[in-house]
Amino acid sequence: MDILKVLHDLVFDYTLRTVALGAGTLGIASGALGSFAMLRRQSLLGDAMSHAALPGIVLAFLLTRAKTPLVLMAGAILAGWLATLFMMSLLRTTRLKQDSVLGFILSVFFGFGLMLLTFVQRLPDARQAGLDRFLFGQAATLLERDVITMAALGGVALLAVLAFWKEFKLLSFDPEFGASLGFSMNVLDVILTTLLVIAIVIGLQAVGVVLMSAMVVAPAAAARQWSDRLGVMVVLASAFGMLAGVSGAVLSSTVPHLSTGPTIVLVISAIVLFSFTFATSRGLLWAGLRRLRQRQWLQMEGVLRDLYLLARQHDDSQHPHSQAVLQAMNPGRAGIAHTLNVLAQRGLVRREENGEWSLSTEGARQAQERIENETQDTTMEGTS
Amino acid sequence: MPDNPYAIEATDLTVAYQEKPVLWDVDLRVPPATLMAIVGPNGAGKTTLIKAILGLIRPAAGQVLIYNKPYAEQRRLVGYVPQRGSVDWDFPTNVLDVVMMGRYRSLGWLRRPGSRERALALEALEKVGMAPFADRQISQLSGGQQQRVFLARALVQDAQIYFMDEPFQGVDATTERAIVALLHALRQAGKTVVVVHHDLQTVPEYFDWVTLLNVRRIASGPVAEVFTEQNLRLAYGGRIAFLSRSPHADAEEPPTPDLPMPSPTRREEPYGYPESAA
Repeated sequence: MDILKVLHDLVFDYTLRTVALGAGTLGIASGALGSFAMLRRQSLLGDAMSHAALPGIVLAFLLTRAKTPLVLMAGAILAGWLATLFMMSLLRTTRLKQDSVLGFILSVFFGFGLMLLTFVQRLPDARQAGLDRFLFGQAATLLERDVITMAALGGVALLAVLAFWKEFKLLSFDPEFGASLGFSMNVLDVILTTLLVIAIVIGLQAVGVVLMSAMVVAPAAAARQWSDRLGVMVVLASAFGMLAGVSGAVLSSTVPHLSTGPTIVLVISAIVLFSFTFATSRGLLWAGLRRLRQRQWLQMEGVLRDLYLLARQHDDSQHPHSQAVLQAMNPGRAGIAHTLNVLAQRGLVRREENGEWSLSTEGARQAQERIENETQDTTMEGTS
Repeated sequence: MPDNPYAIEATDLTVAYQEKPVLWDVDLRVPPATLMAIVGPNGAGKTTLIKAILGLIRPAAGQVLIYNKPYAEQRRLVGYVPQRGSVDWDFPTNVLDVVMMGRYRSLGWLRRPGSRERALALEALEKVGMAPFADRQISQLSGGQQQRVFLARALVQDAQIYFMDEPFQGVDATTERAIVALLHALRQAGKTVVVVHHDLQTVPEYFDWVTLLNVRRIASGPVAEVFTEQNLRLAYGGRIAFLSRSPHADAEEPPTPDLPMPSPTRREEPYGYPESAA
């Protein structure tokens, strides 16, 4: 595939441009709202909402016999909302835990939606064709009017996030303190949940109800790896969502027989994997390197200290000792020879002609300093 | 009585969770410029009492007056320090941001905090000795530092009455001293502070009023009058353990209560640190 050709088509090819715009919009919206869902530990709520939207879509079609995007999305939003209401009341009135309630509502609504879908497909009505694309998503079928509806809804959701930024932060971080300030946490919860439903519904046609929850969870999870600021995290999550949406949609519309939903999800999964490994603050790779460096540092400290303590018994802080003695002080520890060489490179220890090791003047000074600090630390403990 | 002299007046406060009363018919009167401790065994309803007064929990019965007016009208006079463990300290934000949350009420809906809020937040951080940490990510704070951040957030609320839920829980000696100094400064400024407290040892030293609670109100009043062995026995039942020093008081001089109650040297006396909270 020629990248320049794809870039050219992205701008000038009507279909590809429409598809990319739509997928980008859904990525931005789900990334932003997904961040709040993740911070409030409600990521799975998104899964239940998206599955629950299916019966709403089919019922909206059955009632109006039209596939106008706004009508279908309204049906989806209503169903997603109803499911959330059911979940809340089940949680309040029964002893069921959140995971069981989520699983229960998800399967009941999704099952009902599948049943309706099968029923509709047997109707002698050609207009139903294509409703099944809501299962796994088909970005290639996005029309301009779909994208306009998506962009309008997504824009409203983003504007609302911007307007209620401080309130949503309060709701996500410390709702009880927020309530004590007089902000109605219930109202804010309703607003934020509605926005999440909207963000999910925007993506249903392109990604499908089955996989849309990945677009709620994954961009936020990847973004959290890179930033410790809420604002940066939300912007990054939106960017990741957009990147995944656009590239997934482009891939699936240029390669035949490739469903958009799974492709987008694979792309965002790759982004997540990359972030978990390479992110500067929390990534596994850097954490591993830090641990390694720390271990090496501790070992150097240990060897310096051992040499110093040994030498002190001879009333000469630079009295040499063999490596075997050091090894005997640290039974089972590997890499002492290597550590000695590193220390020698830094001029902290010296190798004598008989092969024994001694501290240099600088090494002795540092070792003494550290041992003194240590004893001070232990006496300070408990008061600081 | 035309004018009532109390900063906080709660009457007949009752809270029930699924029919089970956790707070029963509690009356509370706190005069202004008082430091009051609420003590009682685990499950006595101490946190519930605070939350019911703050309207975070809907009481089954009872009413709360703040300076003689219903709580809803006086909300701006009240500051709150929740339990440190009630939030996720891995939340992506920094110290200054958390402290600025204390200004959100005066900002009102939709308005964003600006340079004035930053200045106030920094000033409050200064008071709790946390100014150098303003830009620190909150997940990198120690328990004591987290507590001081929460206190700073309450300070920028600039309230008349403060409710603090276990501010001494699991903090280091430095933080404990900082909190005590802060409490005294607040009292000096005429503020009223109600503190849920676990360490019976330090009650006489830190506070001037105390409420003993065990679902019902056992006693409430000046420490010298109501912090007696008999009342403690009533509140804690048989669950009073031997006299033990709390872990965070270790670096301090053992407090010497100047009260009409058994001296700390008589260790067999069944009052002191509650077993259940040890």
